[in-house]
Amino acid sequence: MLIFTAAVLSMPIWLDPIGANYPDLLQKFAIFGIFAIGYNILFGLTGYLSFGHAVFLGVGSYTAVWSFKLLTMNVIPAMFFSILMAGIIAAGIGYVSLRRSGIYFSILTLAFAQMFYNLAYSVLMPITNGETGLQLTMHDPRVIDVAFSREVPEGLPSTDFFGISMNGYSGFYFCAVMLILAFFIYLKIFRSPFGMKLKGIKSNQKRMKYIGSDTRPYLITAFVISGMFAGLAGSLMAVTDPLAGAERMQWTASGEVILMTILGGVGTVYGPLLGVGIIKYLENIFSSINESVLNNFFSFMPQWGESLLTSLTMPFVGEGWHLTLGLLFMLIVIFLPGGVMEGLQRIKDSIMNKKNIEESEATAKESSDG
Amino acid sequence: MAETVLRIENVNKSFGGLLALNDINLEIERGKVHAIIGPNGAGKSTLLNVCVGLLAPDTGEVTFNGGEKIIGKKPHQINQIGLTRVFQTPEIFPDLSLLENVMLPALSKRDGSYKMSIFKSLSDEEEIENEAIGALETIGMLDRKDTIASSLSRGDKRRLELAMCLVQKPELLLLDEPTAGMARHDTNQTIELLKQIKEGGMTKIIIEHDMHVVFSVADKISVLARGAIIATGTPDEIKANPLVREAYLGGAEL
Repeated sequence: MLIFTAAVLSMPIWLDPIGANYPDLLQKFAIFGIFAIGYNILFGLTGYLSFGHAVFLGVGSYTAVWSFKLLTMNVIPAMFFSILMAGIIAAGIGYVSLRRSGIYFSILTLAFAQMFYNLAYSVLMPITNGETGLQLTMHDPRVIDVAFSREVPEGLPSTDFFGISMNGYSGFYFCAVMLILAFFIYLKIFRSPFGMKLKGIKSNQKRMKYIGSDTRPYLITAFVISGMFAGLAGSLMAVTDPLAGAERMQWTASGEVILMTILGGVGTVYGPLLGVGIIKYLENIFSSINESVLNNFFSFMPQWGESLLTSLTMPFVGEGWHLTLGLLFMLIVIFLPGGVMEGLQRIKDSIMNKKNIEESEATAKESSDG
Repeated sequence: MAETVLRIENVNKSFGGLLALNDINLEIERGKVHAIIGPNGAGKSTLLNVCVGLLAPDTGEVTFNGGEKIIGKKPHQINQIGLTRVFQTPEIFPDLSLLENVMLPALSKRDGSYKMSIFKSLSDEEEIENEAIGALETIGMLDRKDTIASSLSRGDKRRLELAMCLVQKPELLLLDEPTAGMARHDTNQTIELLKQIKEGGMTKIIIEHDMHVVFSVADKISVLARGAIIATGTPDEIKANPLVREAYLGGAEL
């Protein structure tokens, strides 16, 4: 846990050499980290594959922006209400969807997600502001801010945590602290009797019932907790950029978190975070590489080799980063079904084996010498 | 007269036109091992499913411990009142270690049908772990407690399932063909295990094909044929009953 805290807080330092040290990306790592570990509580522990988790992300964002508009620019109430709202909606969706399991559960959650997405563009227009997205305006009431007669700066105010503005690195550190807190709770759940029962449900739900556990409330609890994690992630998106749009609730956003979890390793503790790192890094760094960058990179080659390599690698970067991601995903699913974590485990095992063999050889030699 | 744990009264059940259970009346005495035998299609599994509430009978009543009605309860509620079941195909947790497999029933027994124990650490559950270790010791698999259960042999899986049921210390244990499909060596091991736990005084209902198993462990035997009980008695009485020989073995000597 201590190592994890240190690793997260020092991200600006150790991510610098690979060019990932800018607040915008660091914030994304932290926010999607929360989203993915929350998702792993449901998918990793109970095995229920939800295709609609982006709903809670969207709900979290909208609630946070409304809190900024109506109450205060302070982020604490915004986060509180976001988690609460996401939890309530998750309870509703979970109550209905968890009547079914397997593919039917996935389809039900997908149906809910599409319903919310389309409602945001139609019936719920007054709440979501449709395609324009929900934004802060100059005439927002902000009753609490007004009551405490906080000075209103020129132009649109920015979100803050008791005076500390949530821009740039301070925004990242705030998200990082939230990630650490969320991770702590997540770790607690993984190592609790509750977490073990969820694993039991994943492994054999019938047996779980026949040893006296009512599996439905367990599943609903797991669903609500993971929805609340997503709500927190959604509110942090609004904290770092106070704008909420319905595209956050599209099914591709739900698909992304599934991708992240599988890429890193479903059901493992650190896997989802690794998945977030890989996907967000590819999305932000690979997509920004263009021809001149590649030319520079291959400039040690003779002229013909440089242009050849550039044209060969060009489809994989820039706009084509999805191709790289797709290939990587295929390779991992085929060769490492347990995700990157399985790969790391294999490397560790082979090193340990080598060590053991060396040690046993050494002792064998000693005994033969003696 | 010994106390009755499970009472089955006037139970009828038909599937379509087929009368699977025909006016079954049976009393299971506390502390006894009661075997139910009968040829294929006699209604043994149907009767067991009615006993655990998996099937609702058309008429009749099943009561537990002198009054608690079984019919209409959900599987976890039936477990809560003290009735545990071993399935015909072993129902274990294949992805978890043997220790976890046995810890889960112990946890479930203590926590009831639902408990949100998120902020408790598993490493503090020493009592549960000791219970689980004890159960693994009974079946002689303690040295493999960290093995993943899916890698066990079929016979070992069944014994693991038995340990999962025993750790809950149920009042009544139902075993659905605990040795079906096992090699002779495995069957003997399971018989030894069943004899060993017989001394604990737990009431058991065993459904079994293997006569060798039935006559080694049962105190009382009921014979089912075409949905009706044709005889109930001690193993010796059953062996001597000509009606049973006729129905079950076509007249051959037991």
